[in-house]
Amino acid sequence: MKVSVAWLAEYVDVGTDVSALAKLLTMAGFEVEAVTPAAPPFTGVVVAEVLKTERHPDADKLNVCQVLGADSQTVTIVCGASNVRPGIKVPLAQVGARLPAEVVIQRAKLRGIESFGMLCSARELGLGENSEGLLELPANATTGQNLREALTLDDAVLTVNFTPNRGDALSVLGLAREVSVLRNTALKVPPIPAVAATVPNTLETRLSAPNACPRLLGRVLVGLNPKALTPLYMQERLRRAGLRSRGPLVDVTNYVMLELGQPMHAYDLRQLQSFLEVRLAAAGETLTLLEGSTVALEPDMLIIADATGPVGLAGVMGGLKSAIAQDTCDVFLEVAFFNPDAIAGRGRRFGLLTDASQRFERGVDPLAQVRALERATALLLEIAGGAAGPVIETCEAAALPTRPPIELSHAYLARLLGVSIAPNLVVSILSSLGFVVEATASGVRAIAPSWRFDVTQSADLVEEVARIYGYNAIPEIDAPMPQRPGLVPEGLIAPERLAETLVARGYSEVINYTFVDPKMQGLLFPSRTALALKNPISSELAEMRVSLWPGLLKVLGDNVRRQQSRVKIFEFGRRFIVKDIDLTELNTISGLLFGPALSEQWGTQKRVADFYDLKNDVEALFAASGQGLELRVESLPCLHPGRSARVLSSAGPCGWLGELHPQLARALDLSHAPYLFEIDMVALTSAVVPSAVEISKFPAVRRDLAVVVDETITFNQLRASVTVAASSLEHKIVIFDVYRGPGIETGRKSVALGLIFQEILRTLTESEVDGAMLAVRQQLERDVGAVCRD
Amino acid sequence: MDLESLVAHGLGQIDTAASDAALDDVRVRLLGKKGAITEQLKGVSALAVAERPAAGARINVAKVTLTQAIEARAAVLAGAAIARELAAGTIDVSLPGRGDSPGSLHPVTRTRLRIEEIFKRAGFSVVEGPEVEDDFHNFEALNIPANHPARAMHDTFYFGDGRLLRTHTSPVQVRAMQTTAPPLRLIMPGRVYRCDSDQTHTPMFHQVEGLVLDENIGFAHLKAILRRFVSAFFEKPLEIRLRPSYFPFTEPSAEVDCQCAFCEGKGCRICKHTGWLEVLGCGVVHPNVLRNCGLDPERIGGYAFGMGIERFAMLRYDVTDLRAFFENDLRFLSQFGRL
Repeated sequence: MKVSVAWLAEYVDVGTDVSALAKLLTMAGFEVEAVTPAAPPFTGVVVAEVLKTERHPDADKLNVCQVLGADSQTVTIVCGASNVRPGIKVPLAQVGARLPAEVVIQRAKLRGIESFGMLCSARELGLGENSEGLLELPANATTGQNLREALTLDDAVLTVNFTPNRGDALSVLGLAREVSVLRNTALKVPPIPAVAATVPNTLETRLSAPNACPRLLGRVLVGLNPKALTPLYMQERLRRAGLRSRGPLVDVTNYVMLELGQPMHAYDLRQLQSFLEVRLAAAGETLTLLEGSTVALEPDMLIIADATGPVGLAGVMGGLKSAIAQDTCDVFLEVAFFNPDAIAGRGRRFGLLTDASQRFERGVDPLAQVRALERATALLLEIAGGAAGPVIETCEAAALPTRPPIELSHAYLARLLGVSIAPNLVVSILSSLGFVVEATASGVRAIAPSWRFDVTQSADLVEEVARIYGYNAIPEIDAPMPQRPGLVPEGLIAPERLAETLVARGYSEVINYTFVDPKMQGLLFPSRTALALKNPISSELAEMRVSLWPGLLKVLGDNVRRQQSRVKIFEFGRRFIVKDIDLTELNTISGLLFGPALSEQWGTQKRVADFYDLKNDVEALFAASGQGLELRVESLPCLHPGRSARVLSSAGPCGWLGELHPQLARALDLSHAPYLFEIDMVALTSAVVPSAVEISKFPAVRRDLAVVVDETITFNQLRASVTVAASSLEHKIVIFDVYRGPGIETGRKSVALGLIFQEILRTLTESEVDGAMLAVRQQLERDVGAVCRD
Repeated sequence: MDLESLVAHGLGQIDTAASDAALDDVRVRLLGKKGAITEQLKGVSALAVAERPAAGARINVAKVTLTQAIEARAAVLAGAAIARELAAGTIDVSLPGRGDSPGSLHPVTRTRLRIEEIFKRAGFSVVEGPEVEDDFHNFEALNIPANHPARAMHDTFYFGDGRLLRTHTSPVQVRAMQTTAPPLRLIMPGRVYRCDSDQTHTPMFHQVEGLVLDENIGFAHLKAILRRFVSAFFEKPLEIRLRPSYFPFTEPSAEVDCQCAFCEGKGCRICKHTGWLEVLGCGVVHPNVLRNCGLDPERIGGYAFGMGIERFAMLRYDVTDLRAFFENDLRFLSQFGRL
């Protein structure tokens, strides 16, 4: 909300230092976002009346005007504005005037005619953005008066951020109440005398939903002058609050709302049939709102209706049909108390957040209606003449909000704040805020003022006391800490240690949105179901990821476009797996490898990273947990069927690794396919606590063996065969070459194996090892048709 | 040749031996089985018995002299050989090292781990909760009923079936309170979501929530931990100031400003010349929240706070555009290295 300091000062002494006032409010929970002058500095500008205009003899777009300005002097002004015409009042910058942006007004000859000053637009005076034409002042402005005085421009505007709990402060009066407490000075509420009825006109009012609207006040005003002008001060205050002037009937209701915090509505009496009723909407009812849109009302929406149907969405916005028109002379003023629950959220369903709904959904003082109605009546009669009928009040007192007493013990206060506050200080703070307070044996009993909807239990009182006592006056105290050594489960690996492993191996961590492009995800995982957002921020961020790969591939594409030729990235986070209606959030670590195995450098062979580079990185992840990596030949639609595998852990399948399917690589416009892995974090984070085994003190014996086998024979098959045959001796197997080419028939390969034998308790004899090697050769010949060469 | 000439001649040959092999030749010729000195020793038996001891002793002296000279020469030759080997083996140490260089941790992760570490040292444990939440945990239990104006502050992503993406890490508090008996001392980091995207908002970001519950915990303790935290995070003593604010799940509630870590409160571009940086929100856990989680507010209470990790990462690492965190440009990411 924007509040004029001058207006506020009518209700409370605000002091002389506006920035101190802003800080005071900010530190009490009313954050002042900005302090802006009502107008930038300027001098020498007066209210002037245009008496006569003539076309400039030598310029089509200029007028030569006779203008009545200060001291009843008439001066000649040459003016180019299109809206200049006799009878209007406009700002005149006299000769010698200093305007914003360092402009000094001098006598000037314009196409041969001398001009003694300048007529100003709003923009030239820093009063608005409008530079189209002159700023037209109301006809009741005093000609010759200094404009700064006429418009009270030596004022500042506070832009205050209100928290949702403090609807009571959303007015000049409400904010003044806070200032009076904070500055320890009295509130100066101007008296609002009742306006006696001079005509008998009334309108029947009905409360058909008394819990939602327990109080409705109304009044008929007749014979108002539809041509009346809103006084200058009121227009200016509305402008400073960010509201446009729309004629006195609407302006007065807005003005009273800004001043007292009570929204109200003026209806064109001609458009109301028989009675005015507050009720819940019936199914199928519609309403065309003031701003033009027609909305379908829902049965939990409170409306104002007459005999013909809805005329307003209660507490949010009036209807178009009964709105004030150019020729409205007779009005019905409606001032209601709506229960916050009956208003909250209703406007938002139509995207409406109005000044009225903002106040009603936070809570408007249930005792404020009479004063608001009297204030508005008095202002309207003063501005537009006419006569008022009697105040019509319908009230269901039992449904009005109650303010039951709240007990606050000093012990509770001390516990919540960590500091004791003297009982008499507690009483005086609460009293100053309008609470009715009495001391009890253990603390206080307080009744909240009618305007406070946010104080319902003792913790709320604690906040009020603390706020005024000053949060910064509360000391810092160390909490008593239980001496409990933390658990450090050695069998659990922190995910960041896995991240560190990958970082050490050259991977950079990325963080992607967990909602992804359904097109990309569908391309990769055509058969997986994803959780779709109902209100995504864009169609490319519309469903929850079932894998981290869509994100990694997007990052790859983005970085390739940024001329990165080598991309090693990983991410850890959740993926969202849907099965029937069950959702599982799986902590996952995934990586992508693309481009040269090593960055460009001397002395190493250039080669593109391949499956085995990636496999080694995945092995490193498993090494941290003390488990080996186990793979099963299997594929996904998005992977190269011959270059992919399922990752297994002791608990079952836990991930995938492989090369992206070449068709997808082409679809994604990549020069070649990247390698990808994705592993459930749980498989990597449960570690085996090491248990040492005895190591051998006896020499090892190594025998190498080259076996020529068909291409289809896997290393796993060779190893299984060797293990079976050599199982009588402790041994290890290394593979140190795979050769294809001259000397080996097409379709076959030569695999070089090293067998290292070593017993724990004794030295091996040559003949034992020879025997084992013979068994290995025979086994390999039998199992995989190997031709063995030593 | 007499013994003296033999020694003199031998020493000359030793000194001129240019290689290990040449030196060994000399050794064999002098001291080998058929060497000159060995021949001399054989000649001793031909002498008269009385002359033998003296002659033998002279020859032994000569043998020792030559042996020592050979060893000395061998050492010289070995030294020269090593010097040659070293000279030949000198490399250009300024050439870059071979192999892969390390990647980097994301600055948000780096910041999260730092925040976690600081709190862990104060005895906090780290817990996590689901990102797809229900209305109860994200709103209701936190004292934000349907239609509450505070819901307008949370632009929520919905799935249309009652589920939603959590708008803050606070639901993890609720889950912790429901499952674990106090005393509690928890840090709850994670991804959160708001349906909002512009220069200063991304639809996903990260928060760390803190919760301390015990029989005697209040606002004064909250102030102490927060000041110590910001000082630890920025590694300099910084003051904090608390401004009353409103969160439905705390009462009293506060926004926390910390003295600008860049200008130490003097006013600069980063703090918009206010000397203060708004860094987190906090408060005393609302009694309704305690009740909703089955705790008795008359007996148990405590504080909660929440902070945006990106905000701290931006301040710590001079990042000026929030969106850079999610663009994943490797040139940006590679600046952050390892923790």
